[in-house]
Amino acid sequence: MSKRRPYVRPMDGWFKRDPFFIEYMAHEGTAVFVWLFALEMLAGLFALAAGEAAWGGFTAFLASVPGLLLNGLILVMLLYHGVSWFLIMPRTLPPVRVGGRKVPGSTISAVGLAAMLVASFAVVGFFCLLANGGQG
Amino acid sequence: MSDQLKRSNEPVFWLLFGAGGMLAALIGAALVFVLVFAVPLGLMPEAALSYGAARAFAQHWLAKAFLFVVVSLFFWHAVHRIFHSLHDIGVHAGRGARVLVYGSALAGTVAAAFALALIGG
Amino acid sequence: MTGQTKTVAVLRYRPEQDEAPVWQEYQVPYGDDTSVLAALNYIKDELDGTLSFRWSCRQAICGSCGMMIGGKPQLACKAFLRDYPERVTVEALAHFPIERDLVVVMDGFIDKLQKVKPYLIPREMRALEDGEYLQTPEEMDLYAQFAGCINCGLCYAACPQVGLNPDFLGPGAIALLHRYNLDSRDGGQAERMEMINAELGVFNCTAVGYCSEVCPKMVDPANAVNVNKMNSARDYFFRFLRPAPKQGGCR
Ligand code: FES
Repeated sequence: MSKRRPYVRPMDGWFKRDPFFIEYMAHEGTAVFVWLFALEMLAGLFALAAGEAAWGGFTAFLASVPGLLLNGLILVMLLYHGVSWFLIMPRTLPPVRVGGRKVPGSTISAVGLAAMLVASFAVVGFFCLLANGGQG
Repeated sequence: MSDQLKRSNEPVFWLLFGAGGMLAALIGAALVFVLVFAVPLGLMPEAALSYGAARAFAQHWLAKAFLFVVVSLFFWHAVHRIFHSLHDIGVHAGRGARVLVYGSALAGTVAAAFALALIGG
Repeated sequence: MTGQTKTVAVLRYRPEQDEAPVWQEYQVPYGDDTSVLAALNYIKDELDGTLSFRWSCRQAICGSCGMMIGGKPQLACKAFLRDYPERVTVEALAHFPIERDLVVVMDGFIDKLQKVKPYLIPREMRALEDGEYLQTPEEMDLYAQFAGCINCGLCYAACPQVGLNPDFLGPGAIALLHRYNLDSRDGGQAERMEMINAELGVFNCTAVGYCSEVCPKMVDPANAVNVNKMNSARDYFFRFLRPAPKQGGCR
């Protein structure tokens, strides 16, 4: 008779096992805030379609204390999403070769983060110009 | 062949997840800033968020396309990630939950198109 | 040895007597150059002959001594007692069933390695008199990194998706698959694609990335997996546009 009795360890709470996993769960969690922002924008579109009073209610919510707090949290989480997205990009992107040499992962992340910075300033700049230039 | 060798349909959802994730990473935070914080911080006049200005903006077809892409892709990105996170924490949702989760993103996509159509051009 | 000792806590499991694994502590004398493997050998030789673990080369190349050291997947011959303050925990590789003490059941892993056809499937059959299959250094450079795998299993112990779904092919096997797909002499990509595309394939991965972090040979299996997500997506949408693949090894 075989005495073999392989023991399978449970996976409960695996994400607490290693700081690496905790960070992983944290950046996965940013999806909740991406979802909330999509929902908020959708609500805004419906308010805009419904008329002036509904839109007034929507903008009043954005300017209220709970609205500012919630959106402050969304802003932070979206920033975290962006940073973590580009930090794992060297793992997800096909190897990039320049002049026959593989570009190091840190360079890929740096380029991604720079693109995030440039795109963000472009968006903010564009809307500020649009708003301040009077006519869009 | 076992069930495990069946072709996975994940590419569809993974591509939507990736596209939404990239868009959110590049400009997500900036969009929140523009919508919520630019006016209180004095970067934009209050009139920028007035009904007239917002409606005029959303009536332009380019803005419509932009808003549609942002809202729908953010939904697809988020639900895919949330669905996998549920699996990670031990909630192994079945086919029904899958339909529900991805169906919600589809509903968000349709709703965004509907609202933009209501706003008119 | 300096005469000082450190506590080595080992997760023991003897199927004939233990219902579940139990921790057992040993005091081991150590010096600057005492590896965890050396400490285990000291325990086995001097303190407790019943302790079971695998090892062979003592130089991070055979891949047999993978275990959780201080909670992280590492090679016991490449981890040193000096790096742990007073106490170090040693446990069998995570996500593998424990056979006995620090020995895990590798069968599932070996099975997956076989599934990916880890050998050259010649792109064109050559007769003996045609000579060898030639390859330039640039062509070799494309896959060399993925050929460095020593099958130690650390990446499987680092991958929660392997733990959550034991059917998932996993980082190591996919890195090996990728190594052959990238080889200019190989023509087996279409055959291997089935594994990539399947429900047990690359889309189990959620880009945790820890596999590449713990790899002792810098293979970067996470990259092999994620590059193949794009390959699989391409295959998914363009499969109807391509002519049906020819049967056999040539194409
Ligand atoms: S004993 Fe060979 S890798 Fe450690």
